[in-house]
Amino acid sequence: MPCAGPIRSRRLRPVPQQAHAIDDLRFIRETMENAASFTAVPGWGGIAMGMTALAAAFAAPRPSSATPWMIVWLAASLCAFALGALGIYWKARRVGTPVLNRPGRKFLLSLFPPLSAGAVISFAIYGTGMTHLLPTVWLLLYGVGIISAGSFSVRIVPLMGLCFMLAGVAALFCPPAWGNVVMAAGFGGLHILFGTIIAWRYGG
Amino acid sequence: MPAAAAADLDRLIHERMRLGIVSGLAANESLSFSDLKKLLATTDGNLSVHARKLEDAQYIECEKYFEGRLPKTVYRLTTVGRRALEHYLDQMESLIHSMRGH
Repeated sequence: MPCAGPIRSRRLRPVPQQAHAIDDLRFIRETMENAASFTAVPGWGGIAMGMTALAAAFAAPRPSSATPWMIVWLAASLCAFALGALGIYWKARRVGTPVLNRPGRKFLLSLFPPLSAGAVISFAIYGTGMTHLLPTVWLLLYGVGIISAGSFSVRIVPLMGLCFMLAGVAALFCPPAWGNVVMAAGFGGLHILFGTIIAWRYGG
Repeated sequence: MPAAAAADLDRLIHERMRLGIVSGLAANESLSFSDLKKLLATTDGNLSVHARKLEDAQYIECEKYFEGRLPKTVYRLTTVGRRALEHYLDQMESLIHSMRGH
């Protein structure tokens, strides 16, 4: 039927209205998800991870006894990851978001590649006996992981990653005997420092 | 948006930028001005105009303080704002359902 006039023709087509509503809901959902990813990084979890590193630095033997030294730090890293995961879980539950929502998955997926690369490189380095390079490799790759995982997050998270990378570079210029100190300053100090800021400023 | 249905909609949060501010704050206890700016990929001027409108309606509240010498602005969603968002979501849902019914 040829009905001219903008008002009439709009009434005849309800589809844009529905489409707009659907689009609106999607927009709200995406904004909320992105906003939640802003602060999904757990401050208290970071502090706990830092404490683990400090404890490991005391427990670890001299870096010259490579195998036991590596075992202590590997155990500490597993422990720290468990604490970090617990921190993410706890914070997501408190804020009321699903733990593995899109931002959460994005965070884990961005962290995974550099950490796997770190595992492979560590294995190779251990084979060559140049284990004094391990703190540098670990700090650098952990920093890379945090930067990429935190690129959707509040600015302080990628900044923390950058500090880890700088600590890795600094570790390169430290004498091998300082291995535990470097690890304590990097994984202990930086985690505790940034964990405290995140917990204080971004809700736990 | 057709006039008939739009009449009942909350004009304040129907606008995209303001809907974004309210949605972002609904998922967080608080967000700073710069966090919101990054989240919504907008400019200082645009964000502050819309945030001010929401503030005037008491949908959000803002706290200003100094961090060292830098002025900081932090926003929170008020109960009024949260209810407004919930109401808006209900309206959108019923709109979709009513269309599906036809």
